Amino acid sequence: MLRDITLGQYYPAESVIHRLDPRVKLFGTLVFLVSLFITDNFIGYALALCFLATAIIVSKVPLSFIMRGLKAIIFLLIFSVLINLFMTRGEVVVSFWKLSITKEGIYVASFMAIRILFLIMGSSIMTLTTTPNNLTDGLEKGLGFLKIFRVPVHEIAMMMSIALRFIPILMEETDKIMKAQMARGADFESKKLTKRVKSLVPLLIPLFVSAFRRANDLATAMEARCYRGGKGRTKMKPLKYKKRDALAYLIIFAYLAGMILVRRFF
Amino acid sequence: MSIIVNHLTYRYNEGTPMESVAVDDVSFKIEDGEFIGLIGHTGSGKSTLVQHLNGILKPTSGSVYYDGRDVFDGDFDLKVLRSNVGLVFQYPEHQLFETDVFSDVCFGPKNLGLSKKETELRAYKALKLVGIEDDFFYQSPFDLSGGQKRRVAIAGVLAMEPKVLVLDEPTAGLDPKGRDDLLLSLKQVKEETGCTIVLVSHSMEDVALYADRIIVMNHAKIVYDDTPVNVFRHYDKLKEMGLGVPEITSAMYKLRAAGFDVPTDIITVNDAVDAIMKIMRA
Ligand SMILES: Nc1ncnc2c1ncn2[C@@H]1O[C@H](COP(=O)(O)OP(=O)(O)O)[C@@H](O)[C@H]1O
Ligand SMILES: [Mg+2]
Repeated sequence: MLRDITLGQYYPAESVIHRLDPRVKLFGTLVFLVSLFITDNFIGYALALCFLATAIIVSKVPLSFIMRGLKAIIFLLIFSVLINLFMTRGEVVVSFWKLSITKEGIYVASFMAIRILFLIMGSSIMTLTTTPNNLTDGLEKGLGFLKIFRVPVHEIAMMMSIALRFIPILMEETDKIMKAQMARGADFESKKLTKRVKSLVPLLIPLFVSAFRRANDLATAMEARCYRGGKGRTKMKPLKYKKRDALAYLIIFAYLAGMILVRRFF
Repeated sequence: MSIIVNHLTYRYNEGTPMESVAVDDVSFKIEDGEFIGLIGHTGSGKSTLVQHLNGILKPTSGSVYYDGRDVFDGDFDLKVLRSNVGLVFQYPEHQLFETDVFSDVCFGPKNLGLSKKETELRAYKALKLVGIEDDFFYQSPFDLSGGQKRRVAIAGVLAMEPKVLVLDEPTAGLDPKGRDDLLLSLKQVKEETGCTIVLVSHSMEDVALYADRIIVMNHAKIVYDDTPVNVFRHYDKLKEMGLGVPEITSAMYKLRAAGFDVPTDIITVNDAVDAIMKIMRA
């Protein structure tokens, strides 16, 4: 159940996408997400699909693994499809009871479904091919220019990397505590809602206690190693652009140009 | 009420690149009233194995039988199994959540659907068994010392009055006195309730004294399953696995290697003293 969440999880493999500079991947993902909102027709989506499919194939992450991440949003997806399908006014195709499906409704619903699917798959590709450390390094450097506006970029990046690092730890912890309480007869799968909510207490309290304990330990450990923020701090592996990164930027810009052209001329 | 583990294999993260075999084709039987020590190096698969005994984990292949019935047979009530096979996880003090010690220990029996009176009676008995005094009953469990927290957590499982009590590394992180006290309490629990005990540990010293059977795991497999004395005969092999034998047994082996005619099947200091005195007199 908890293992179905692949968003924010890293999938180790040897591929060009894995080796790309995280800034390129961040930028590429941003461009891809923006491009989905630029498009107003299916030709644009076809182009987006080509881009996405190429990225997935090159990344060597199995499609089934990416699909698993979609399970988490399946309700959102169905909900938005249904709402659009029944709520859009226009030329009626079929109607039954008080509901009617219109031609425009089908169009808008499939449009939305594709958009949501691509949004999630596009961002999963980035997180699946980039380690959390690399990701925050990329963010810190990529957004470094914000420092002149007094934005604490380093601190934000550090908070993000700690949060990302803690996701698997807390998931593991949740798993352990759940098992331990199940061994004491706790029932987390009760059908009754009140019972179910109540059953979360023996899970959440130990989880919070442990999260605070870990946060405390981490703060102590960081202070013991003289951590004092980003000023004057150097990196063990500083990010450097390679040739393949330049090539990737080129492809990304070409894709963006393509998407804009499609919107203008179709 | 025996437990039979039959050709059990468990793989974590099956179908992903992170797949790993944690338990590999393991078979054994737990009889009524035994005190079993399950020993193995860290990562050898002990915790994974014991989580099958009360149906928390479902085997990738193989089966577990409780009282002659397949535990994962669909119509087997896992709640009944969990009340009969009590599992104390590693660092059980992390599962405490109630506002006071007594209520926390009541959680288990309450889940069994017992009456309030019976629940409280069992909680009281369990706390006494592990040596927690009345003064602590209404304190917050988070205010206790590490060793006390652990006792309370163990009482939380004991209060369900399981027929088989499985403890995963109950002595990890305790000081030597806390360790010895806890092991002694376990022995008393066994004597008073007559339950079967499976004690998981990575240290031979822990289990040598009280276990009447030792199962040794290495790299996801069972390598030895015998009485302590017989297992310790594999002195060199155990060393290779990073386990070794109790210090006192090791000392006897060294004496023997140095040419003294002492027996090597010795586990307690008292026996060692007797044996050494005997050859000194001779
Ligand atoms: N939740 C988990 N997910 C993936 N692998 C695990 C998990 N728990 C344990 N393992 C792996 O299974 C193996 C056996 O672990 P474990 O049963 O905890 O051993 P032990 O209790 O003997 O130290 C180890 O290699 C460990 O890395
Ligand atoms: Mg373990």
